[in-house]
Amino acid sequence: MTSLFEEIPQAAAEGVPVRRVTISVNGQPRTADVEPRLLLAHLLRQGFKLTGTHTGCDTTNCGACTVLVDDLPVKSCTMLAVQADGHEVTTVEGLAGPSSLHPLQEGFKDEHGLQCGFCTPGMMLAAKALLAENPDPTEDEVRFGLSGNLCRCTGYQNIVKAVLAAAATMRGEA
Amino acid sequence: MTVTEPTSRALDEIKIGGMGASRKRVEDNRFIRGRGHYVDDVVLPGMLHMEILRSPLAHARIKSIDASAAWDIPGVRLVLTGEMMATRNLAWMPTLSYDTQAVLATDKVRFQGQEVACVIADDPYIAKDACEAIVVDYEPLPVIVNPTQALAPDAPIIRDDKQNQPDNVCFNWEVGDRDRTDQAFADADVVSKIQLHYPRSHPSPLETCGSVADFDRATGKLTVYMTTQAPHIVRAAVALIAELPEHLIRIVSPDLGGGFGNKVPVYPGYVMSILASILTERPVKWIEDRTGNLISTGFGRDVYLEGEMALRKDGRILGIRMHTDSDHGAFFGDAQPSKFKIGLLHSAFACYDIPTAHLTARGVYTNKAPGGVAYRCSFRVTEAMFFQERMVQAAADDLGMDQAEFRRINFVRDDDFPHRTPFGFLTDSGQYEKCLQVGLDAIDYPGFLKEKEEAAKNGRLLGIGISCMTEPLGAGNSREYDILGIKMFDSAELRVHMTGKAILRTGAKTQGQGHETTWAQIVAHELGLPADDIVVEEGDTDTAPFGMGTYASRSTPVAGAAIAMAARKVKAKARKLAAHLLEVSEEDVEWELGRFYVRSAPDRGVTIQECAMAAYSNMPDGLEPGLEANAYYDPPNLTWPFGCYIATVEIDPVTGVWDVLRFVAVDDCGVRINPMIVEGQIMGGLTEAYAMASMQFITFDEEGNCIGSNFMDYLLPTAWETPGWELHEVVTPCPHHPIGAKGVGECATVGGPAAFVNAVMDALKGHGVRNVDMPLLPDRVYEAITERHDVSGAPPIRTDR
Ligand code: FES
Ligand code: FES
Repeated sequence: MTSLFEEIPQAAAEGVPVRRVTISVNGQPRTADVEPRLLLAHLLRQGFKLTGTHTGCDTTNCGACTVLVDDLPVKSCTMLAVQADGHEVTTVEGLAGPSSLHPLQEGFKDEHGLQCGFCTPGMMLAAKALLAENPDPTEDEVRFGLSGNLCRCTGYQNIVKAVLAAAATMRGEA
Repeated sequence: MTVTEPTSRALDEIKIGGMGASRKRVEDNRFIRGRGHYVDDVVLPGMLHMEILRSPLAHARIKSIDASAAWDIPGVRLVLTGEMMATRNLAWMPTLSYDTQAVLATDKVRFQGQEVACVIADDPYIAKDACEAIVVDYEPLPVIVNPTQALAPDAPIIRDDKQNQPDNVCFNWEVGDRDRTDQAFADADVVSKIQLHYPRSHPSPLETCGSVADFDRATGKLTVYMTTQAPHIVRAAVALIAELPEHLIRIVSPDLGGGFGNKVPVYPGYVMSILASILTERPVKWIEDRTGNLISTGFGRDVYLEGEMALRKDGRILGIRMHTDSDHGAFFGDAQPSKFKIGLLHSAFACYDIPTAHLTARGVYTNKAPGGVAYRCSFRVTEAMFFQERMVQAAADDLGMDQAEFRRINFVRDDDFPHRTPFGFLTDSGQYEKCLQVGLDAIDYPGFLKEKEEAAKNGRLLGIGISCMTEPLGAGNSREYDILGIKMFDSAELRVHMTGKAILRTGAKTQGQGHETTWAQIVAHELGLPADDIVVEEGDTDTAPFGMGTYASRSTPVAGAAIAMAARKVKAKARKLAAHLLEVSEEDVEWELGRFYVRSAPDRGVTIQECAMAAYSNMPDGLEPGLEANAYYDPPNLTWPFGCYIATVEIDPVTGVWDVLRFVAVDDCGVRINPMIVEGQIMGGLTEAYAMASMQFITFDEEGNCIGSNFMDYLLPTAWETPGWELHEVVTPCPHHPIGAKGVGECATVGGPAAFVNAVMDALKGHGVRNVDMPLLPDRVYEAITERHDVSGAPPIRTDR
């Protein structure tokens, strides 16, 4: 069992209601006792120590916290951990296989689709969901599909290239 | 430059990841796996969490603060208020501009979002709950949101905490030759004028600010992990503010989720987390929320510019007059070199051959967040170049001249360098006309003009905008540039291990620019060590040499030069080792990439790796063991890259919405270390330019409420809105930089905005409009089209009542 903020034993102060959740995270069942108001992003980051999921805003705008819940992209800053109970969550840490990177990871590196890297996990997961739905998107479809994710560094052009390159690889064309 | 004679055994520079290689970034290996290490990823045993209570009002006297309910919440460890800070003499702190700034408000609040109290608790949720339980009684005061209000005779004094502050003026400053400029205007055939507001804009890196302070009572050592672009400046500041001994302060800037100037100042949150850690003897983490970031941390711009140009009928510019009023908010929290109150605004018009100019600048306090940081810009250069290119277009229009031709006849010519600018800078190199021509050819200038004319017949509004500029980067030489008295040099330390692998540390701090990749390329270029064999570290003041950090595009011009110089020192020692190994005298040793050889017998040689091994195992008598060097580089001058940006747009006259048809960028940033990264920097910069021109701005209503306090109100372009970028290059090496580089991180942000605005104004030509302030929101453009007048963007904004 993982408790939230486990480095502070008295985190769940007296009188605070706690719910037990079990979430499959990157294929591993994880269990935690959480406050009902705890955001999924915070459970992933602080509770499960999966710090690849970032948070960049308070208003569901930036997409840095995007993860997949049952393969659909979700802004994990806007979902309560208790809502994820019983569901499957994929984070950036779950993208790569045991010995190889995911084509999106390759694409982002090869096409210089990242600079500071803060938006990158969310971008890649949003792109993964996009490609699952549309394996052969046009440039415009990629741009539209990623419009829920902000990047302050790259100007998006190389992100689009990266996603198109990954799509080609995933279709077996490259 | 290194002399390399082409011989058969020299390494292929591109293959080893040297200069000019589009080497894939090494930092990406961790970022794409979600293994970056940003400040919020730092977790220390026993760590507490801090949240800040901010003022809801822009200007108010604090009558009382009651924090008792906050203390009662289980899990709360500490509540700090201004009064408590004051007892430790920490309620106020110095800014980087010789002003003072409140850490926690004591007497009154001076802007919405100002820090009023903070809570340290077992987790951030509890800390936030406790902030909400604090009761503050405010007495509202009249609010000032622009310079006109600040300068009114009966304006309330915002900085009544300061002695000798009878008004809201924060500085007056001037530069140039007033008399000569007056004469130029007296001699002019035509005088052209323009007036505009460069709106307040927030850099908003995707990661907000934050810190984890860890004071160890046993050792007396303070370690602070924090989002800073300049860790050594922070160490100096902490030593001064907290009066801790500098050798017991360790500032670590881990991976940064972008900076763009926002992470240069020292913010109250950092200071409070430090004090909280000292008081609780536990590590204390503070992670700012987005609203806190947008409403309280360093913004850019917010400058009112007006000026005029003295012109001869034939199109030659005779002189420039400029005046600026800059809105600094409640505290002068700029991070400009100390001699230059309005930054390098007087670099305006540097690419034009103009005999004389004069600039007056006045800064004012208002009830807005402090800042005036260099937002992806080399110290107010963005405002300078925007004004310059808007003025140039207005002048060309007034003269009835073609905008490209007007620029061409006024450019500094290629054989005119070094050139003294009208405000006294010395530029050293460039091919301005060539860059312009590359841009015009790329966009098919004559073709577009024809298309525009045709379209006009059908009532369509097409426009083309040009923006050309050379900007001063790489501050800077120690004669002129310092922050708080510390000269703006930079540093590098290179240690080659015995197997020829190496570690390089610099005083710069990457925030996405890819230093870990490009710095190794400079070493590869100088020493022939494969870039993959060199690890680069930055950001830890315990290990990195003292440097001034990364902003103002200064890393490659200054730290990059230091790296080359350190590598050259290593090479000089390696040459001695090579002579020893080859049993010849040093003068008989020649160098080609990766290898020393005997001049008379080129087959006899030793690799740089063999020299490294010898440095630890087989050094000649009298030679110190080891192979390492450091270098502190004080640049002889600034570097001057050039950019030419051309946009074509179409406006929908029914809605005022404008679309970018094409955008061409021609950048001459000197020698490119890693072309892939350079292009990435340019595209990112252009996107911020587009953002400022089209949507991104922070404004205020008359009560001082910040409009733009979250990403729903503060609009940043997404992939969907952002145009495609067409990039071109021209290379004019910098004559004084060891590898000929000039810096590039900000050129596109600096030069880009005017291209968009000039394009929209070109499309509106004939509508009786001279200026629409950025951002060119559809309603502003629509107002200009339908009401045929200029549209100002100055706050306060109209609010729907
Ligand atoms: S953190 Fe910005 S959308 Fe979730
Ligand atoms: S790479 Fe920095 S925000 Fe996208």
